[in-house]
Amino acid sequence: MSDNLMLENAALQVEEALPESMNPVEPFLRSERIPHIWCPGCGIGTTVNCFARAVMDSKLDPNKIAVVSGIGCSGRVAGYVNLDSFHTTHGRAIPFATGLKLANPELTVVVYSGDGDLASIGGNHLIHAARRNLDIKVICVNNLIYAMTGGQSAATTPESCTTATSPYGTFEPTLNLPHLLEAAGATFIARWTTYHVMQLAKTMKEALLHKGFSFIEIISPCPTLFQRRNQMGDGLETMKFYKEHGKTKHGADTASLDMTKSGDIIIGKFVEKKDRPEYIDHMREYYTQKLGRPFEYQVKTC
Amino acid sequence: MPKGFVTITAERCKGCGFCVEFCPTHVLALSSAFNFKGYHPPYVHDAEKCSGCDLCGMYCPDFAIYGTRITAAQKKGANHAG
Ligand SMILES: Cc1ncc(C[n+]2csc(CCOP(=O)(O)OP(=O)(O)O)c2C)c(N)n1
Ligand code: SF4
Ligand code: SF4
Ligand code: SF4
Ligand SMILES: [Mg+2]
Repeated sequence: MSDNLMLENAALQVEEALPESMNPVEPFLRSERIPHIWCPGCGIGTTVNCFARAVMDSKLDPNKIAVVSGIGCSGRVAGYVNLDSFHTTHGRAIPFATGLKLANPELTVVVYSGDGDLASIGGNHLIHAARRNLDIKVICVNNLIYAMTGGQSAATTPESCTTATSPYGTFEPTLNLPHLLEAAGATFIARWTTYHVMQLAKTMKEALLHKGFSFIEIISPCPTLFQRRNQMGDGLETMKFYKEHGKTKHGADTASLDMTKSGDIIIGKFVEKKDRPEYIDHMREYYTQKLGRPFEYQVKTC
Repeated sequence: MPKGFVTITAERCKGCGFCVEFCPTHVLALSSAFNFKGYHPPYVHDAEKCSGCDLCGMYCPDFAIYGTRITAAQKKGANHAG
């Protein structure tokens, strides 16, 4: 063994007399399930750190937060967070979350899933939850493909990217999620990348405290299936790319947010509105008026 | 005495290098040693520079590293002990 290696090995094993400490995310994890299934350099775990900080900073009672995921690598988040969570069927996280919120309006309901799950197969639900301004918080890990099933093209894949289903590159136009959701009626819309951890944690906290449909898109590396096929390097190279090409423009016109293969990524908080009534509030008010008596929104728990 | 320290759970690490690259004070380096899974975890290369900011913890996708700030009281205790 070289001296250098011995030194490093020793450094790995050093136990200094330091104050007691614990990883601040540990209480938010089902630690017995770690290590998780995500590949080296995958961005999903980084987003979970930001989410844990956001939950802590929001001062919300963790017992009143539920996480709902669909299917996909990103959809595995529900299985790793130490909160009440629900791993649903592919594309249907939002319908499950809608039922959960309507039955338990006091819960903070977070939908945590992938771009394919939320915007391709589940795109219809996404639009209608935004239209209703239902108070759920949607965190979309956008790695620009269907990763779990082998890296097929999705509605979110930028033009001319090589994927498992487009060896000559994609030619279809790409869905601009913030633009779509603004048109549909979402009242909180932001986008960050996994490089922008502090900004992301802050925005997640704000979304947790916002009343109404909230959407955070997180551009995240899938080094195994997306970056590799596109000769864009590993997870770290992708993070450096985000650092260089992430351009913060709060309040940017959502029409200008198209994702491209290697151009700048416009990030920031684009929409935060208080002028639309939240769905459950609106329902209460509407029926109170129609019925001429206070409308009791009662939930029978079984 | 540094303002903080960093704790590494080498067996969770997948060697992505995020913590090494984005530590603002370059405290860390990737080891050439392997963990059980065959990845190269980071090691503390310049402990004195650690502020305990936990940015490494924010970046680590594998929950394998975190920083802790050393409070003034803890520093005082350490000085007395020393
Ligand atoms: C009804 C149904 N159709 C297809 C699948 C196969 N499937 C599983 S995950 C997935 C794609 C997930 O993509 P995304 O939501 O972007 O998550 P990622 O893996 O990229 O994080 C697909 C198509 C399925 N599980 N169920
Ligand atoms: S396949 Fe891609 S998205 Fe899935 S865990 Fe691996 S890097 Fe992450
Ligand atoms: S960020 Fe985490 S997984 Fe990546 S090298 Fe550092 S400790 Fe290992
Ligand atoms: S706690 Fe901060 S200064 Fe210390 S190693 Fe981690 S990132 Fe670097
Ligand atoms: Mg995806």
